[in-house]
Amino acid sequence: MIETKNLSHSYRAGSAEQEKKVLKGLNLKIEKGSFTAVLGRNGSGKSTLAKHFNAMLLPTGGKVYINGMDTLDEKSVFDIRRTAGMVFQNPDNQMVAAIVEDEVAFAPENLGVEPKEIRSRVRECLETVNMTKYAETAPSKLSGGQKQRVAIAAVLAMKPEILILDEPTAMLDPMGRSEVIKTVKKLNKEQGITVVLITHYMEEAAAADRVVVMDGGSIALDGTPKQVFSNVEMIKALGLDVPQVTLLAYELNKAGIDIAADVLTVDECFTELAGLLGGNGK
Amino acid sequence: MIKAEHVGYIYQKGTPFEHRALYDINLEIADGTLAAVIGHTGSGKSTLIQHFNALIKPTEGRVIIDGTDITNPKTDLRLIRRAVGLVFQYPEHQLFEETVYKDIAFGPATMGLDKAEIDERVRLGARLAGLREEHLQRSPFELSGGQKRRAAIAGVLAMEPKALILDEPTAGLDPKGRDAMLSVIKKLHEENKDMIIIFVSHSMEEVAGIAERVIVMNEGRVEIDGTAEEVFANAERLRRIGLNAPQMALLADKLRAAGYDLPENIYTVEQAAAAVKKLIGGNTGA
Repeated sequence: MIETKNLSHSYRAGSAEQEKKVLKGLNLKIEKGSFTAVLGRNGSGKSTLAKHFNAMLLPTGGKVYINGMDTLDEKSVFDIRRTAGMVFQNPDNQMVAAIVEDEVAFAPENLGVEPKEIRSRVRECLETVNMTKYAETAPSKLSGGQKQRVAIAAVLAMKPEILILDEPTAMLDPMGRSEVIKTVKKLNKEQGITVVLITHYMEEAAAADRVVVMDGGSIALDGTPKQVFSNVEMIKALGLDVPQVTLLAYELNKAGIDIAADVLTVDECFTELAGLLGGNGK
Repeated sequence: MIKAEHVGYIYQKGTPFEHRALYDINLEIADGTLAAVIGHTGSGKSTLIQHFNALIKPTEGRVIIDGTDITNPKTDLRLIRRAVGLVFQYPEHQLFEETVYKDIAFGPATMGLDKAEIDERVRLGARLAGLREEHLQRSPFELSGGQKRRAAIAGVLAMEPKALILDEPTAGLDPKGRDAMLSVIKKLHEENKDMIIIFVSHSMEEVAGIAERVIVMNEGRVEIDGTAEEVFANAERLRRIGLNAPQMALLADKLRAAGYDLPENIYTVEQAAAAVKKLIGGNTGA
């Protein structure tokens, strides 16, 4: 479980240069086994927040607890990083090995895991992200989506309880994006890994159980995707997108047509409209 | 006018790494066109657009820019590159000067213009790219991601090209940065009646919003080429090649299949809302 208590963060805190307050007193609880998307535009503080979840950044005010461990407690940092693994935006910046399987073996090797156990973890993790075929391929030969899946496997090899992904799809094409999101969903549903996905793509946030919308270093909205996206005006004011079908429902509601405001998919919207139009179709 | 005649392209031809990226491309893009090239990674779209300013030359066929054949060894490619500005993916990675002003001035300065002319060009480029006066004296690194990218585009516009090609200008931008970029492209098109603008995109929604012509690439060939309406009428075909039609086009398809009488050409929220209102109006009127 992740918990923040009145978490604040300022860059350049205490230095001569002007201090920049990026997080302003956040209180957030993320339950074990949940899939939470943190949505927000650039500069909203979402990446800064994510970096607090594995002690890459430390609070300048308030506290962050990972499974009860205080990230400000230096003795816990090692365990926190093993509990909460992180995947970054640019896959090219996180690859260190010459071939895929060495990349995945890198972390467990550093943790001093038995060679036999390393082999079985590498095999298992590559299978989970559907990259077994590429075990002996050089990362540079992979597509962006494949690289990100390898990066996820490399984190999984440490057997983390929590997976934090900081805009993992920002540099990928739609196919790569859907590969990564599918993988993440599977990990959450089948292995019960707690997932925190940082993104500015609303389609991805819609796939989560919970959406936390950040703006100006504070939490602007927090709820299920349906609850969050039905706030069309607010989401737009925050510089974010809502799905086209949600926007359609909003426009129709404004015109006095009674349709559920929280439709998120084409199928849901079709069902609503068909119900409304009744016998008009044949 | 940009013309491709039976263009084929093979990377590393004659080596064991030979790889064909384009097959028999035939296109004519008239002056003043705002076109989008769409397709997934590996479809050949970046290879195609790099032909349009002679960054690469076709291994088969011809590319003709304003009547000049780029495969002709006598062609001065510098003139082609001045006429056709190419903006790469993540162009902001190429910003290097101390100020935005100096960065934009870099291109015009190489053209041997005098100081006043360069100044004029810089201001023109910045204005067209949607940058404000106050941005010019800042370091490029103090700008937001979207502004940085527009500063890079301003540098290309300051060369006063006749055509502008942009490779995924919205990649990695957040929704606000993306919308600002799209409105710059749209305004550029409206204010420069003869300029050809071609941009590469992954997003059907953004293409549906602004492009007059949509060229869909798949496995090195032109799969569909037409107006946005014509292209989005092929929802099933788009899905087969790994692209998604806009949600509104899919919704309209479903409603039509269920027997509701909807007009063709629905792919934006405005169009769909109007059509649904009409259906309901007709319903109560009956």
